[in-house]
Formats: sequence, structure tokens, C-alpha cells
Amino acid sequence: MTPAGLEISGGETVLFWVIAPLMVLAALGLLFVKRAVHAAMCLVFVMVSMAILYIAQEAPFLGVVQVVVYTGAVMMLFLFVLMLVGVDASDSLTETIRGQRWIGLLIGIGLAIVLGGVVGRAAFPPAVGLNGGDPGGVANPQGLARVLFADYVLAMEAVGVLLVTAAVGALVLTHRRRLTPKQDQRAVADARIRALPDGVVLTPLPSPGVYATSNAMDTPALGPDGEQVPQSVSRVLRIRGQEKAAPHAPGTELVETQAQVGGSRSTGTREGEA
Amino acid sequence: MDITNYVVLAAVLFAVGATTVLLRRNAIVVFMGVELMLNATNLAFVTFARMHGDLTGQVLAFFVMVVAAAEVVVGLAIIVTIFRTRRSASVDDVNLLKG
Repeated sequence: MTPAGLEISGGETVLFWVIAPLMVLAALGLLFVKRAVHAAMCLVFVMVSMAILYIAQEAPFLGVVQVVVYTGAVMMLFLFVLMLVGVDASDSLTETIRGQRWIGLLIGIGLAIVLGGVVGRAAFPPAVGLNGGDPGGVANPQGLARVLFADYVLAMEAVGVLLVTAAVGALVLTHRRRLTPKQDQRAVADARIRALPDGVVLTPLPSPGVYATSNAMDTPALGPDGEQVPQSVSRVLRIRGQEKAAPHAPGTELVETQAQVGGSRSTGTREGEA
Repeated sequence: MDITNYVVLAAVLFAVGATTVLLRRNAIVVFMGVELMLNATNLAFVTFARMHGDLTGQVLAFFVMVVAAAEVVVGLAIIVTIFRTRRSASVDDVNLLKG
């Protein structure tokens, strides 16, 4: 079957029959896997296998480019966007178009049949291979460069322009316009000074529990006058109502602690305990 | 082994990619289906280049890769922008033009 121009080695045959089923399996994983990250991993596998097949098919340059561009850049970009959008975002199973799943499946299988029919019925010329009968002929990277920069130099330039345009386009698309002027440190400080009459404190707030029975987060600090300082407890705890009551009168907290720890050993010195 | 096996593999991968585009709802996975289709065509290009002994096929595959990279950059930027405004990456939720 294989023409004289191209001898496909046994090694390549084994490689193909090992890799091709795995590739198809991974591609089907893209179709059936629930999480988008797993789909991305399946696609990475397909692309790396594709690079191996390129190298086996006398296209080492394309194999390297495949790894660098597709698995290195494109799939990493996909993963970045997945992280940005939310890894847990899985497909919704509600159908907006009724019977869309079956129609889509039907069209997909129909496409596979049509493509298979075309490939099966087409008369391919006898394969010659890239170095067919001429070992000193077109070596891959050099020959490719000669075609690329001689016959297709205009397309090469156009592709360069396209890449720059795409980069600028991505910048423009993801750019968010600032709606308010930027608050620098000076502006923040000025705003706080201006808000002083409204009861804003310039200094840091007192930390919780200082001079009280404990230094726990939820115990308010006691001021020098023995009163509680409500600001010392985190605003979140105050809103949730999880703040603990500190003892009111100064001098009792030590006694209360002892009472909690050691039971009723120091009852004699107590005063004003509930 | 016949070299047309590679073409058959490319056709199968292309069909699977097209089905992915048709069936999945997550815009990113749909995009991955497009990438799979582009890769399948690249495999066919490389195979035909080898079959005909002509490097032009490989050059075309190279150009497909570059254009695919540009397409991914812009497409993912669009997906991120849509996600920012609509808080969803599902293709079903992009229905602003629906009357």
C-alpha cells in the first residue's frame, strides 16, 4: 500500500496507534468532562500529542512551535482566563433551545460521517515524503524558512501586523476606564482631616481587650476611666452581636478571672460581683 | 500503515471539536473546541505536505497557528469583558440582542 517514495517505519506505525486513540479519547473528554479545567487539561494532552505527531511527520519545526505556542501560550492563557472567570463555573444543564443537545449531537455525527466518507473515497496520490529520493533536498527548518521568507513574505508581514493588532485589541477590550479620579495618599489624608468634625478618629483605633480581663478579639478594651471602648472591637463582630461584655468597674476584672479559673477560692476579696 | 490514517485522525478530531462547539455551554470550552478544530486542520496540512512532498502545507499550518494565537487573545478578552458585565461565562446568557 505504501508507495516506494515514502516508507513509513514500524516505529512510526506503533507511535501512531498508541497516540491516536489516546488523542481521540482526550478530545472526547473535552466533550464529556464537566469541569472546564479538566477540559483544558484534555486539550493540553491533545496538543502535546499533536506535536509528537508533527515531529514524526517530518515537521520538527512545527512540532516545537506547537508546544511553544499552543501548550505554552494559548493553553496557559485559557487557564488564566479560567482562573479569572471562576474555576467552578460549570455548564448549566437547562436547554434554552429545545432538543439542542440531540440536534448538536446529530450534526456532529453527520459531520464525522461526511468527513470520513470524503477521506475514504478520495484518491490520494502516492505519498512521496518531504525528502523523497533527495536526501540533500529540503531539510525542514531551512526549507521552511526559505518558503516562508521568499514565497510568503507578504503574508508573513501581514501576520505580524495581525499579531500586534490582536495584542492592542486585547488591551483595549480588557481595559477598564476609571470613573473617579484616583485617590492618592495626600487626598485620603485631606479627606480624613476634613471629616474630623464628624467624629472620625485620625489615630489608629484602640486594640481590643487591653486593660480588660482578656486580650481576645471580641472583648472590648477598657478606657482609663474604666468604661468600655466599643470601637476597640472589630466592626464586623459588633454588627454580628458577637462582642463580649467586659466587666464595668475597674479593679474587679482580676477577681473575676480568678473566680473563673479557680472556682471560689478568693471569695473574700470580692466586691460588687454579679 | 497508510499515511491516510493521519487524515482520518484529523477528520475525527475535527468532528469532535465541532460537536464540542455545538454542545457545550461554557464559552471557554466552546473556544477550546474551536482550537481543537484548528489543530485538526493543522494535522491535515502537515500530512498533505508530507504526502505531496511540498513544504507549502507546513507553511500554511504555521500561519494557521499564528492566526489562532491572535484569535485566542481577542476571543478570551471578549469573554473576560462579557464576564465582567454579565457575571457569567455561559453562551446562553449573552442574549442582549434578543428582542
